[in-house]
Amino acid sequence: MEKKITVADVAAALDLKVLSGEKGLDRMVTGGYVSDLLSDVMGHADAGQLWMTLQTHKNVMAIASLKDLAAILLVNGNQPEEDTARQSDLEGIPILGSSLEAFEITGKVYEHLKKNAIIQR
Amino acid sequence: MQLFSADLHVHTVLSPCGDLDMSPANVVEEAAGKRIDILGITDHNSTRHCQLIKKLAAEKGIFVIGGAEVTTREEAHCLTFFENNDQLEAFQQYLEEHLPDIPNDPRYFGHQVVVDEQGIILEEIRKLLISALDQSIEQVRDKVHRLGGIFIPAHIDRPSYSLISQLGFVPPDIRADAYELSRHTSVEDMVRKYPYLEGQTFVGGSDAHMPGQIGTRRTLMRMEKVSFQEVKKALRGEGGRSVKIEPVPARK
Ligand SMILES: [Zn+2]
Ligand SMILES: [Zn+2]
Repeated sequence: MEKKITVADVAAALDLKVLSGEKGLDRMVTGGYVSDLLSDVMGHADAGQLWMTLQTHKNVMAIASLKDLAAILLVNGNQPEEDTARQSDLEGIPILGSSLEAFEITGKVYEHLKKNAIIQR
Repeated sequence: MQLFSADLHVHTVLSPCGDLDMSPANVVEEAAGKRIDILGITDHNSTRHCQLIKKLAAEKGIFVIGGAEVTTREEAHCLTFFENNDQLEAFQQYLEEHLPDIPNDPRYFGHQVVVDEQGIILEEIRKLLISALDQSIEQVRDKVHRLGGIFIPAHIDRPSYSLISQLGFVPPDIRADAYELSRHTSVEDMVRKYPYLEGQTFVGGSDAHMPGQIGTRRTLMRMEKVSFQEVKKALRGEGGRSVKIEPVPARK
């Protein structure tokens, strides 16, 4: 049987702040991707992934939407720019936040997804 | 209308990656020897050599548009140009305010020196000039435009430190005055790859870090005379003015 986990589940389990896009909290998370080069995310991220980045520019939302990512997770305590948050609310793709650095929060997300059998490797 | 030959992207010895031979006097000498009419001085996050180069270049009949190659918070390089020394100084203050306090280590990055006409070192810049400002691309653009300057995202075709590499695509509301392409691509190839760029204004610069590179990539500007306002009008294509990247000569 396939396991399912939502953005809300991940946010609650890892104590992440929901910075915008609440109405998308029930989106399914199928994996994760970490990159701060948006051109790279455009080329390599897959639908359903939780994207960890420190970039806060509005283009982040455009790419999340284009690639149908589950949600964005801003690291280092970064806050989305105003128009980025607005776009996130509009499209219902949540932006989450963590005060942890990318290395730590990525490790936690990985562990959580693995524990819940979302990722096998 | 006349045609002017411009190299809009030249570093000096002030940039950590700039060759020690790129003193203001040498840059001007080289540009004069290569019959450049308009020279854009764009050190990383600093305008400190612009005024001296302007003065030296004027003696050789070269028109300088001074500014800096700014690294925005997203790590996108953007060329900025200003009309007069007051604006240059106002922008210099903004750069110093927003550049993080990370010291340069010349062993890794190279020296960052301000020199005089004779090439004598006047000052070594302590803060690393290739760091990113704590300002977004839109904030830098707004600052430049408030000062009446020109804002041109640099080498947007490159896989690093470019608007497209950092942000995935050119934001539709970026309001740039032009886009710079590196010598590795052409307008035709760029528009084929990114059709949404069709009809935009493109310029080319050499991104020279050594004297021999100055003028190896140029923009031909058709305008009435050389002045900052004419350059602005040419970028907007006003009244029959235009800009065009000079075709790259075939490699030997
Ligand atoms: Zn550059
Ligand atoms: Zn450069």
